[in-house]
Amino acid sequence: MDKIVVDNLTLQYTDGTESLRGVSMTIPANAITVLFGPAGGGKSSLLRCINRLNDLADVKTVSGRVLLDGVNILDPATDVVALRRKVGMVFARPVVLPFTIRGNITYGLELMGIHEAARLDEAVEQSLRLAALWDEVHERLEDPAIALSGGQQQRLCLARSLALQPEVILLDEPTSGLDPISTGKVEAALQELKKDYTIVLVPHSVQQAGRTADFAAFLLQGELVEFGVGKDLFTRPSDQRTEDYVTGRFG
Amino acid sequence: MSGPASRTTAPESNAGRSFRAGSVQRRLVQRIGFGVLSLTALATVVPITMVVGYIVQQGGSAVSWEFLSGLPRDGMRQGGILPAIVGTFLLTLGTAVFSVPLGVAAAVYLAEYAQENTLTRLIRVAIINLAGIPSVVYGLFGLGLFVLFLRFGTSILSASLTLSIMTLPVIISAAEEALRAVPQSFRTVSVSLGGTRWQTIWRIVLPQAVPGILTGVILGLERAAGETAPILFTGAAFFLPRLPNSPLDATMALPYHLFVISTQVPGMPVQIQYGTALVLIVFVLSMNLAATVIRSRARARRQW
Repeated sequence: MDKIVVDNLTLQYTDGTESLRGVSMTIPANAITVLFGPAGGGKSSLLRCINRLNDLADVKTVSGRVLLDGVNILDPATDVVALRRKVGMVFARPVVLPFTIRGNITYGLELMGIHEAARLDEAVEQSLRLAALWDEVHERLEDPAIALSGGQQQRLCLARSLALQPEVILLDEPTSGLDPISTGKVEAALQELKKDYTIVLVPHSVQQAGRTADFAAFLLQGELVEFGVGKDLFTRPSDQRTEDYVTGRFG
Repeated sequence: MSGPASRTTAPESNAGRSFRAGSVQRRLVQRIGFGVLSLTALATVVPITMVVGYIVQQGGSAVSWEFLSGLPRDGMRQGGILPAIVGTFLLTLGTAVFSVPLGVAAAVYLAEYAQENTLTRLIRVAIINLAGIPSVVYGLFGLGLFVLFLRFGTSILSASLTLSIMTLPVIISAAEEALRAVPQSFRTVSVSLGGTRWQTIWRIVLPQAVPGILTGVILGLERAAGETAPILFTGAAFFLPRLPNSPLDATMALPYHLFVISTQVPGMPVQIQYGTALVLIVFVLSMNLAATVIRSRARARRQW
């Protein structure tokens, strides 16, 4: 099932830097789709169109459509708050909010007006289990989140998004600052999560792209060069540029 | 005298010597540099110590329970200064009531909502210039607007409002700086979790900025507490040996009282003048201390 359809998306920043040119692709549900390519290719810009986080950036023009379940979310009338609850995001640098571990997870729910302790407790446990962090932190939920290690913080950020019960999870180089063991834990969690969620991942390396991708899109300087099933794209790329990048001839 | 052979070896030995000599010289320069810096640092400590020490020495004997809790008698030559202490406290409180909400709201607008454009540049220029206006001009303005035009009379209300206008720029600048110091990433995360801009400000940005805002507020109020000129025409009473019982009453205040007993009352005992100065200085310095404590505590607890 096509969860997200990107249709002829073009985006320009006011300073003219990273942009997208006529990108069209479909992102299927219950799979990990990776957006990869060299820096400045438009991966993050594309990711941030899916939850309208680009609204905060200096975007000059956006044209085209991004359909989520058939609804164009770039429409100015879109309820962006509701959209962002439906489309969670994890950033490259784990940014824990200056609260406790528990407070980080309940924050988004409290914004929705959920305050019953029982419901919050349940959400905390459930989302921490999904992010494979529960066993490590369940005895110190009231500790400041900043006390966690980098890898734990990143999984907490994942749990924080999951607590809102989103349908789509966007991850922008979520393991770029993590050691291989922490990276493995995050990747394993994603493999579990894809059963229930649509996952769009900007990996921090081609190797990670190859490891995790069910589907893959290769973006180069704002253009979508190739989109396909992950296995095929990395073993038998149809475009020369994709092959050159995947085999390490440039990038 | 020196032959070509010795000349060729000269650079090397010179280099060796200049290395040693240089290091001695450099150490000397460093020592002198540190000495000069310590002296300048000391130079800032000396005057404050002397001022406080002199005031304590001259006025310490005057400060007694009766002095702090009594009403002035015998044309202020005897008795206490309670009305002036209470007056300064009320004026400071009144100033806080008006200037803190307004100043913080203005700072939130400037730091979180306003785009950089002609209007905000104009606002910033206004704030800077507001800070540069001599305090006696505020006093005259307060007389015209609050005392006469709005008919608040010579009162705590008029004086507090006048002091508030004077304090606003300090509070706005400090609060804006404190808000901007909160990492941008907190805002991005909050928005990505479905927070509105206001929810983000209210639940994350403001709480994180509170210590910085509070420090600025206290420093602004401290200045207000010590000012004479703005309250001169708007609320300060020359001699009013009772406690105010409404915001529309005039009041005695420490800075103005000090001016009065130092220049306007013949035969004034020196101890009472310095005793009053001591009380004023303790009032202001304890606010300063509070600001320092808040700042260092917040710094220890801060997570970013």
